[in-house]
Amino acid sequence: MKLLFKNIDEPGLATREVYEQRGGYASLRKALAMEPEAVLAELEASGLRGRGGAGFAMGKKVSFLPKGSIDKYLVCNADESEPGTFKDRELMQKSPHMLIEGIVIASYAAGANRSFIYIRGEYVQQADLLDAALAEARDAGYIGENILGSGHSLSLVVHRGAGAYICGEETGLLDSLEGKRGNPRLKPPFPANQGLYQGPTLINNVETLATVPTIIDMGGAQYAELGTETSKGTKLVSVSGHVQRPGNYEIELGIPSREIVYGLAGGPPEGRQVKCWFPGGSSSPVLIKDDLDLPYDFDSMAKAGSMLGSGAIIVVDDSTPILDVALKVAKFYRHESCGKCTPCREGTNWTVKMLERVQTGEATPMDLEIMASVQEHIIGNCLCVLGDAMAMPIGSLIAKFRGEFEAHIEQARAASGLTVGTPAPALAGGLV
Amino acid sequence: MSVTEPVEVPAELRTEIERHMALYPDSRSAALPALKAAQRVHGWCSPEALEQVAAVMGVTPAYLESVASFYDMLETEPVGKHSVYVCTNISCSLRGADELFAAIKDAAGSDTEFNVRPFECLGACDIAPMASVDGVYVGPLSIDDVPRLLDDLRADRPVLPEKQLSKRACADAEANA
Repeated sequence: MKLLFKNIDEPGLATREVYEQRGGYASLRKALAMEPEAVLAELEASGLRGRGGAGFAMGKKVSFLPKGSIDKYLVCNADESEPGTFKDRELMQKSPHMLIEGIVIASYAAGANRSFIYIRGEYVQQADLLDAALAEARDAGYIGENILGSGHSLSLVVHRGAGAYICGEETGLLDSLEGKRGNPRLKPPFPANQGLYQGPTLINNVETLATVPTIIDMGGAQYAELGTETSKGTKLVSVSGHVQRPGNYEIELGIPSREIVYGLAGGPPEGRQVKCWFPGGSSSPVLIKDDLDLPYDFDSMAKAGSMLGSGAIIVVDDSTPILDVALKVAKFYRHESCGKCTPCREGTNWTVKMLERVQTGEATPMDLEIMASVQEHIIGNCLCVLGDAMAMPIGSLIAKFRGEFEAHIEQARAASGLTVGTPAPALAGGLV
Repeated sequence: MSVTEPVEVPAELRTEIERHMALYPDSRSAALPALKAAQRVHGWCSPEALEQVAAVMGVTPAYLESVASFYDMLETEPVGKHSVYVCTNISCSLRGADELFAAIKDAAGSDTEFNVRPFECLGACDIAPMASVDGVYVGPLSIDDVPRLLDDLRADRPVLPEKQLSKRACADAEANA
């Protein structure tokens, strides 16, 4: 079943003309003829959970915004930076009007009159396409004062970031959108109460908002027929790494993970096996080959100790040393830590240093214990989850591939001429 | 900067920054677009660029420097005019990105026209290994593509046209059924 990707490659779909020929903006007309409360009720009935990573119920998030005629904001999070994730990019590039239509409907339900799309700065072409689509939408009266005579008004600005993973974290994003460094804020207050410019703010991911027109079209109850009990609907999944057909696929939530990795993406190259896979971007704890039989939905991934996250499956095959994977992941979070909270700033830095010691043969198996305990001390101890986003996958890699780490330590120590009893040079000279 | 010596700002740059400032309830939100505009004019966020943005926005250059230093795409040192961001994050590195980056870096050598950088996930793992060349995504790249990539840039031609992401169809076979 294709909802978001239906006719996605149709020539000209990025233009209003073709989008409307395909039924585009009919949902907006339908929604504006309803009361905002009724639109919200459809969103709640759909059971749609946020597609950006946290999986929070979208309708509930809208309902958290205070009622009444105060300035409210809607911000679309298009900062898609979670390693392995590239679904929003394809949606924005090929069907920008779908996102704009979703934003207008959601703003109507939430009573927001100013909206922003915060798009990562690297997505230059996608931002240009969104700006072009926005101009068309404005000309057609879908954006602006008194939209289609409904009395609802909305402004929309495409705001381009400048390269910072942390700006995908919603409060970091808000600070960045206010023209500051993208440092996360202390929560509470949550953005629904106090967000952009201190006003109540609804923040949703691109895919979440792009799904809204479909929900209004089908009806929330109908949409909720798709997927599983707690993971409704379809989901865009980005599959990458060691697969034969990397790319974005729209799946119904709850299908076996194996069907995605092997059936759709073709599995690893001939003669190789899946060693591990990240089910929801590089922030998610890794799963192993046997876990491929799990249904791909929010709860099954959580029960297996991981998460569906942004829906980015990264496959690693048996030709890759697990240490290389750990180092790549840890170095990324070290680079992207904003430095505000000590456990994250220091934890990411020391984890990289310890992994490098494993690589060079300076580590002993005891370092694995220390590394695992560092991860535990990061989780839950920072303003945002960036530190956790390293601690979770690194912790899982150490737990699930301990034998390989130990074997590497032994080999590297032998190769560098160190024996079990010899302290590493760095340690002999005191703490690094 | 002192009040007695007003900073001269190129008229076009001033207009662009003011246009951005008008888009937001709080004009400070225009810091990123303003800095990018100044970077386009000056090549990087030089002290002069920061002073000009500060003069138009009514903030201090120090404030803008603190912002500029936070973001990867804002350059705090002079760089080559052609940016080549090579994604070296996990999905691309599993498909040879580290070797690709080394080859591009090597081929560019000391040519100051190029700003070759390893970059975090650019959101295009479907064309891994890939690079963003002056904002245009190209991939999957092999080491053999490197000379032509740089030649295209030197000649101001579109870079590797057949490998540009914008021409790629969705991987989901049923999407266009």
